[in-house]
Amino acid sequence: MQLQDLTESLHKHPFLSNMDDELLKTLTSCASNVVLPEGARLFGEGEDAKTFYLIRSGRVALEIQAGERGQIRIQTVGPGEVLGWSWLISPYRWHFDAYAVEQVHAFAIDATCLRTKCETDHHFGYEMLRRFSEVLERRLEATRLQLLDVYGSAATGGENY
Amino acid sequence: MIETTLENKTEIKSSMVPALATIRRAIWETDDTFTLLIDPPADGNAFAFKPGQFNMVYAFGVGESAISISSDPAKPNMLAHTIHRVGTVTSTLSKLKRGDMIGLRGPFGAGWPVEEAVGKDVCITAGGIGLAPLRPVIYSLVRQREKFGRIIILYGARSPLDLLYRVELEQWSKLPNTEVIVTVDRGDSSWKGHIGVVTNLFSYIKMDSRSTLVMVCGPEVMMKYTVEELQRRGLSQEQIYISMERNMKCGIGLCGHCQFGPKFICKDGPVFRLPEVHHLLDKKEI
Repeated sequence: MQLQDLTESLHKHPFLSNMDDELLKTLTSCASNVVLPEGARLFGEGEDAKTFYLIRSGRVALEIQAGERGQIRIQTVGPGEVLGWSWLISPYRWHFDAYAVEQVHAFAIDATCLRTKCETDHHFGYEMLRRFSEVLERRLEATRLQLLDVYGSAATGGENY
Repeated sequence: MIETTLENKTEIKSSMVPALATIRRAIWETDDTFTLLIDPPADGNAFAFKPGQFNMVYAFGVGESAISISSDPAKPNMLAHTIHRVGTVTSTLSKLKRGDMIGLRGPFGAGWPVEEAVGKDVCITAGGIGLAPLRPVIYSLVRQREKFGRIIILYGARSPLDLLYRVELEQWSKLPNTEVIVTVDRGDSSWKGHIGVVTNLFSYIKMDSRSTLVMVCGPEVMMKYTVEELQRRGLSQEQIYISMERNMKCGIGLCGHCQFGPKFICKDGPVFRLPEVHHLLDKKEI
């Protein structure tokens, strides 16, 4: 894919909607297109967070090794969403394992490249942080809702029923 | 509350007397949720219902529970109640088998706005057993498919084993111009679907914020977050209906058990257009 085509494709991703053209060009210089087959392992817990992904199609599952409970699938990330934010926060290591549940088309963003751009261009860095903060806020809200276990019997109450 | 004039005393009395109904079959949907298929009392027409209405289901000698009707309103000769086994009454109901008798009072309450949805896209958003009161709506939409635009069904459950009506979800997903997206709060590697809260599913659909009517049913906290998400996506409160739940006893607004601010859930609801109750959702004292 030509750089111009890649920029245009990136612009269509919801995470980058309405991003200034110049900033988008900066991001494009760190981006590439990837296709991951079903079952592909994208990254593993504890590994260096070298890349993050903007999912275009398909679905990625995040899993965690929970001792005796085994491998638990805690979340899926699908089209239009961002996969990974550990690249942004020191010590830049993944907290989960990630697998493609089905074939995935995504933009892969080189994290080292992007961190350097953020350091050298603070306007760009602020824009990335602003967009990631929104993602983090939504994920935190969703996690809290999951923790409530709203569909469980205890949450339902209804001893009178 | 209903004013007990001489004119309506007879009506109140008949509303308070359960009619005998016979269990035709019990179907276990999940480990703790079952559907009772019920032959209505001899005068079946008395139990014709609108989607979203409920009956007071009486387990003899134990008590009554308010249970939404989950069957097809076009087939009043067979009622279905999908019931979560959580307490004494529902545990007793869970042990019933073919030929056993129960008492029924109803149908009560205001239903979903199916007629208002004609000509519009419809988004059904359900969490857990909240899909049960919405199933009659889906039957109605499917039966008159050409009258409606897109049908979007978003459904969240605790785990893959807690999903209700799996066969029907599959069938509905194959209908024209119909999307069914299911998510669970937790799964294992054998689950290939979505994992996450039901509000995440709005990211995967393109919804016309001007022409979509949304019907939401599930735990109150789930509905609260869903409403926030819908408003974030540009829907007005007038386009959103929710089904509330409180401890219903009489079913006709007499006893006050289900009072929700100035409303009685059993009589004014359980389905409300959002502006009617939105200001009450965050009130801890209610």
